[in-house]
Amino acid sequence: MTQHIPNRKAALLVTACIMLVVAVLLSIGLGSVRLTLAETIETILGHGDAASQTILWDIRIPRVFLALLIGANLAASGALLQAVMQNPLADPGLTGVSSGAAVTVLFIMLVVPDYSYLIPLAAIIGGGVAAGMVYSMAWKKQGGLAPVRIILSGVAVNAVFGGAIGLLSILYSDKLPGALQWMNGSLSGKGMGDVMMMLPYSIVGWVAALLSIRQANILRLGEQVAHNLGQNLHRLRFSLSIIAVYLAAVSVSTVGLVGFIGLVVPHMARMLVGSDYRLSLPFSLVLGSLVLLVADTFGRTAFAPLEIPAGIVMAIVGGPYFLYLMRKGGI
Amino acid sequence: MLQVQSLNISYGPRTIVHNFSLDIQEGEVVSIIGPNGSGKSSILKAISRLIPCESGRVCIADQELNSLSMKQISRIMCMLCQSNTCPSDVTVGELVGYGRIPHKKWYERLSGEDYEIVAWALEQTGMLSYKNRYLVSLSGGEAQRAWIAMALAQRPKILLLDEPTTYLDIAHQLDVLELVRKLNQDLKLTVVMVLHDLNHASAYSDKICVIKDGSLRVFGKPQDVLTMELIRSVYGVETEIQYMPDSSSPRIHVLKKAN
Repeated sequence: MTQHIPNRKAALLVTACIMLVVAVLLSIGLGSVRLTLAETIETILGHGDAASQTILWDIRIPRVFLALLIGANLAASGALLQAVMQNPLADPGLTGVSSGAAVTVLFIMLVVPDYSYLIPLAAIIGGGVAAGMVYSMAWKKQGGLAPVRIILSGVAVNAVFGGAIGLLSILYSDKLPGALQWMNGSLSGKGMGDVMMMLPYSIVGWVAALLSIRQANILRLGEQVAHNLGQNLHRLRFSLSIIAVYLAAVSVSTVGLVGFIGLVVPHMARMLVGSDYRLSLPFSLVLGSLVLLVADTFGRTAFAPLEIPAGIVMAIVGGPYFLYLMRKGGI
Repeated sequence: MLQVQSLNISYGPRTIVHNFSLDIQEGEVVSIIGPNGSGKSSILKAISRLIPCESGRVCIADQELNSLSMKQISRIMCMLCQSNTCPSDVTVGELVGYGRIPHKKWYERLSGEDYEIVAWALEQTGMLSYKNRYLVSLSGGEAQRAWIAMALAQRPKILLLDEPTTYLDIAHQLDVLELVRKLNQDLKLTVVMVLHDLNHASAYSDKICVIKDGSLRVFGKPQDVLTMELIRSVYGVETEIQYMPDSSSPRIHVLKKAN
């Protein structure tokens, strides 16, 4: 019985990768100028007409690639936070990491726009402060991290930073329209430059995440066992949190608040390939790309010419999925 | 093998263990007994550094605990807590494999030698045929053996067990205690465990350490320690003590609460 399970899981990973490639090609073809799959491939290979070339390379391909990067980032961030907090509900949105990052980014956008080159760094600091707040409020010397306290402190931290975002929006309402798309988690209007800026950040984060697979696996066995295996729990949690915060923060700094990916994707990965991070983390990366790509493609095509930011699509679909998980008792 | 000197443990303002000292020789099985809330588990947790101790010294294998890294400690001493949880899709073999982590650098994979040690640990605990079973599918007694196998894979010299028989039926309780005794004899493993059942402590320990209100009452061989007077003063219970011809361990029959 145990012999064929790994094969089945490997097959799932390959299937997800194939689905991702197909989704990429379909998404590139979809839009106001619709291309068939064959036309899309031809154009990518450089045989299409000039107009299609421009649409593809300047608008659609950057957007698709950005969705892939951000989706994988947020999924990996959620998977790591779930390991650190030993809680299947932890995700950058619910724990306040995203809104912490968003506050500092918004502050720079609205108040000191001259320093916009500091946005990724500011996002990491904001996210780190939020994670630190949740962690310190939820952790008790006796009893460690209780799932309920994590969620409650996440609610509180989200409320505080949500309030700060509201305050900034009112005080600087004249400058707000420029930031509105970003606040809703939109991938529109991004170019190849944004992709190229995001790519190195993402790769660093993914490599760090993949290197912490064993640590995440040890945390699955609980605090006492991890301690017993000679692990320094504080250092372990701290290093995994840093990676998770980094991945979420760089994502927020580029596309704003896209929720629920970090929650939904690792959970789907666990259902499909099990809780072992050696499989579930790579799977989460692929699945995260796929989910955000589908959400964004749906958002920009379903009500065309109107565009719905991916963050809103994810909130509408992800919220009920979250409730369904809770109802099913998986949490 | 394990020396504890003037250990003090506090939770907040409340001191729960006062000036506790203990000297355990290599290859001994020592049981810590005492009423609920007497600080038995806290002592075990402080020795394994799961909780900090306010003052005092702990030495294992002639080295002071504070001079060793967490990883070094985990290669000498292993603690099993009362109840352990793990994800529903971890197999016994995988779990025992984690026991090799203290011997690995963070980037190292398990080698052929590690897998041999895992197989050895499974064999010692009689769990070899359960290797591919999910841990959650096992009974309480089998799961406890799997956790002990994981501890063995660490190749420790000292094994700390916090109430290893709680939640088990009487047959499985004896199973676990027999296993502990066998490992102690075959591997010269030094064992310190917290037990509730006085007869278990009597039958399966070389020495017994009695704790009341966070202080050591008496430490010695079962036949010297387990007297009617001591049990009355520690637990407030009247007993009758019987010696069997084939064993030096006293057998304790609980009669009623003392007045």
